[in-house]
Parts: sequence; C-alpha cells; structure tokens
Amino acid sequence: MLSAIDLGLIYALLALGVFLTFRILNFADLTVDASFVTGGGAAAILITHGASPWLATGAGLVAGAGAGLVTGLLHTKLHIDPLLASILNMLALYSINLRIMGAGNLSLLRVDTIFTALQRDRMIGSWLSVLLLGAAALAVKLVLDWFLSTDFGLAVQATGDNLGMASSLGVSTDWTKIVTLMLANGLVGLSGAVMAQYQGFIDIGSGTGLILAGLASVIVGNAVLGTRFMFLATLGVVVGSVLYRLVIFFALKWEFFRAQDMKLISAALVIVALVVSQSKTLRNSFSRLSPWRPKADLPEPMGILPTPGAPLAVARTDSPVAARLAGGGAAEAPATDPGRPTFQLSPGDLERPEPEAGES
Amino acid sequence: MLRLSSVRKTFYAGTANERRALQGIDLELAEGDFVTVIGSNGAGKSTLLNVIAGSLPVDAGRIEIAGRDVTRLPEHKRASGIARVFQDPQAGTAPHLNIEQNLAVALVRGRRRGLGKGVTRQRRRDFQDELSTLGLGLEQRMRHRVGLLSGGQRQALSLLMASFTRPQILLLDEHTAALDPQRAELVLSLTGRVVADSSLTALMVTHNMEHALRLGNRLLMMHEGEIIHELGPQQKAKATIRDLLDLFARSKSSMTDRNLLS
Repeated sequence: MLSAIDLGLIYALLALGVFLTFRILNFADLTVDASFVTGGGAAAILITHGASPWLATGAGLVAGAGAGLVTGLLHTKLHIDPLLASILNMLALYSINLRIMGAGNLSLLRVDTIFTALQRDRMIGSWLSVLLLGAAALAVKLVLDWFLSTDFGLAVQATGDNLGMASSLGVSTDWTKIVTLMLANGLVGLSGAVMAQYQGFIDIGSGTGLILAGLASVIVGNAVLGTRFMFLATLGVVVGSVLYRLVIFFALKWEFFRAQDMKLISAALVIVALVVSQSKTLRNSFSRLSPWRPKADLPEPMGILPTPGAPLAVARTDSPVAARLAGGGAAEAPATDPGRPTFQLSPGDLERPEPEAGES
Repeated sequence: MLRLSSVRKTFYAGTANERRALQGIDLELAEGDFVTVIGSNGAGKSTLLNVIAGSLPVDAGRIEIAGRDVTRLPEHKRASGIARVFQDPQAGTAPHLNIEQNLAVALVRGRRRGLGKGVTRQRRRDFQDELSTLGLGLEQRMRHRVGLLSGGQRQALSLLMASFTRPQILLLDEHTAALDPQRAELVLSLTGRVVADSSLTALMVTHNMEHALRLGNRLLMMHEGEIIHELGPQQKAKATIRDLLDLFARSKSSMTDRNLLS
C-alpha cells in the first residue's frame, strides 16, 4: 500500500500539470501522455550516459517544458484548436521520444538514480519514501500556489477565466498560454523523470492514458477539498492522485481482477469521478465528509448572492410543489441544489405556508 | 487625445453579405472630451469602439492615441492607454477570481506582469478605498468570487477596473443596456462621476437618448457606418430627445432618397 502512495505522490506532479492546463487555463491539453515519456526518456538516457541523476531529473522538466512549448506555439501562432494541437504534438512526440531514448524502453536498474540511497536501505515503499516524496510533491504544490498568486499568475488565471477581459486589460494571452503550457508539461516531464527512476525503467508506452489519471486526480481531489482557495485546490490534486492510486491498488488486490485489467479500472474510475462531480446531490453528500465544504457552483448568470436570512425564492426540493412538478414522489424531485437560488417561482409557492416537518 | 482619419471596415467583403460597418470615419477627441454615440442597430457604433480598442483590425485609415500611431497594434498592446467596459456584465470580469484578484489584474493594465505578489496588503487597502467609492458595500466582500455578484455589481466593478488606473481613453459599449432600469441608473451615475473625477477622455455608445444627452459634452449620431451628425457642447446642452428623433428621421429619409437616386 505504501508503494501505491509513492506512485500517487509521483503522479501528483503530473496531476498538478493537468490542473494547470485544464482547470486554470481552461485548455484541453492532451500532450501529457507524450510529454511524460519525453521527460522520463530524457532523464533516463542522460543517466545511462553517466549524468548526475539530479541533473537528469531537471533535464526531464526542461524536456517536458519543450514539449509544452510546441503545443503552445501550434495553438497560439498557427491558431490550431487546443485539443487538435495537443493531439498532433502527441503524435509527433512519439517519434521524438523514440529518437531521444534510442529504443522502445530503457532500463535504469543497474545505474545510480535519485532513489539509489533509498533502495540500498530497502526503504522504497516505506514510510520514509512516502515522507520524502510527499514533501517533494507539497513543495511543488507550494511553488505553484505562489506562482498563481503573482501578477503574472493572476494574468494566467484571468486568461483561462475570461480571455476577452484579460486581453482588454493588456494581458498578452498568447504569452500566458505558452508559459502555462510549458510549466504544466514541465511538471509532467518531471513526473516522468522521477517515475522512470522509481520504477527503474521507462517505456515508450509509459504515458498512455495518464491524461485520464491526471484528470481523475483533479476531479476527485477538487470534489473532496473544494476549489474555494487555491491552497486547497492544489492540495486536493495531490490528495486526489494518491486516492486514485490507492483505489487501483485495492481493486487489483481483489482476485477477480488481473494486472492487465488496470486500464479498465482506470477508465471506470474516471467515469465514476466524472459522474460524481456532475451530480450535485452526490457531490454534496460526498463533500459533507470533508471539513472544508466546497462552495456551491456559481449561480446562474446575473444571479444575486443570497444574503443569509433574506426571503429569497428558493425552489425547495422537499416542497410538495416540487414533488408534484416532478410527477412523482419527493425522492424523484429535480436535483436542485438546495443552497442555490433558482428564480422560478410556482404560483403555489407564494401562498402555501411552510411545509410541515414530516410532510411529503 | 484620440484621432481617427478615414477609418474603414467592411465585413464579409466581396460576398453577398458584405456590410460596410465603417465608411471613412474621421473623428477627433480632445483631452477631457466625453462623447456619446447614438445610432440605430448596425450603424457601426460597436465596430467603432472595437477598432479603437484594437479587437478588430481596420481595412484602411489611421488611428492615433496621444499622437502615437496605434493602427497596427494588437489589443493587448493598446490596453495601457485604452480601457473598456462591455455591454455584457460578464465580459469585463473574471468570474472565478475574487474581487481583489480582478482588481489586481486591472491594476497592472498595460504594464509588464512579473512575479511580484498580485494582492499585497497595500494594494488591498487601496482597492478597499476605491471600492467604497462605489457605495455598493463591495469593499466588505473582497474575497468573494466575482461570479457571485449581480449584473449591476459586476458592471460597477468593471467600470472601476476600467477607470481607476486613469487610462487615456475610456470606451463604454452600451454598458448599461443589459441592466434593469434601477441598476442602469446607478451605473450611469457612477460613470458620470468617475469620468468627471478623473477627467477622463471617454466615448460612450448607447441606445438610450436620454443617457446620451445627460452625459458628456459632445454627441455623435451614426448611421450606416458614417457619422451623420455631431452636436457640440452648446447644441448638446440645449437638445432634447425630440430634437434627436427629428434629426434622425430627417437624415434617415435623406439617406433613403440618396439611395433611391443613386
């Protein structure tokens, strides 16, 4: 189980990159699957040629950032749709990655890596490795928090949130997009470099499907800790990545599944995460477990913030009217978030006194 | 401060849908001018603002701001001198950022954005002072996400974000049109105050003739991509809505005659 946590913490770097592009920049970047191998391959080939493992790990980050740069240029300068630009780059990178690695896979089992000291003491998959990798993931998360709170980081957030507004305030949105894609894929490359050394090998197919793992981590993490504060949002991504690996770990322990079912389990997990994050009812009940409840979604455009105690027309899912509208029992009432004001008022709602407790 | 010479813009040129949005506009705004622009739909009012802001390139002509030719500059490079409030209250703010973060993005308008902290203690205090001038109580809600504000509040915030850095030119694109009458009134009076307080040079497009007459010192009437009338300070002070309607009806019929004859 501890080694599953190790994996989760290493993949958390990748998930933080995915968070940057998908959530902050609102850019569906699929480069991840390939830039992971670019970073891992660059680090592995350098290490096998005798470079310092720490230097090679840094080179993994740079190589990933280079991959991000290409996606960024394809999108901003050649005006190719984000999804298409990243898929194109992913395809091209497959060949590049083979060139970098010189072979379909590279073994690091007989050379010194950043984990050699831990391996010698048989401390891989122990509380020590969890502690060290956790500290590293948190350090990266804190750097990201800081980055996003700077003038430039706020411009990046504005670019993803409202492109027209950012541009009208003098933000060069091409530049913010390119830098963010480089940073995000740099993190992905770093994740690849660390993972190659942790597992002792890197394969040309090591990155396949990782975009989904990253997305699932972001979705699960943000559902658990919310996105109210950046500090919690990025922490949630790290937590989500660990949870994701733990679920896979326990699923594989079940005799019914075999190792080759891992991709199936991964896909199913992402589907579950997506459905949970879409369904308000499920998410609310889920988030009640969390000490920090995520804030409700933004109200409808032009909505008014309900002031506590103010008599706002709030459609109540538990009112008999809502039940009647749904044409069934109260249990099948439309899944309106009770905390969210809707401005549809049925005539009956105004005259009817508060429904008695226990009614419906 | 702002000079447009023979600016032309045609959409869908060479197709059946060709529309000449601006047909050789000449316009000059002196420093401190507050010009209101009226005209029917499709008159080219919004296109005029878009070409000044740089979100649309011009086909021909020249645009100068404070003596500098900006005709070929992209929008974000003009933003140091030009600020803008859009018609859609959602267009001018970032919904997932909170109020102070939105203000911080606006504060650095047109300057290099580095790795200094976006919302410092000092800046937060300044933002609170600025927000309190709106009289909406937003200074108590600095950490609230802007998406949670009402349309009127968002538009008031957009106006503040556009004006508190004292841009050379303020462009207002029907910025009260999407609000209910009460909020529109509020945002409009804020507009008058903000422009006067900072003595900004402003260009306001509106469909509301009463608003067009109440604010500003000059008034332009546009029709089919041309400025067909201009009222100077004295004429504008005397004019009534009736006068504007008459003027508009007259020019429209003369236009039709001209089209028939040509």
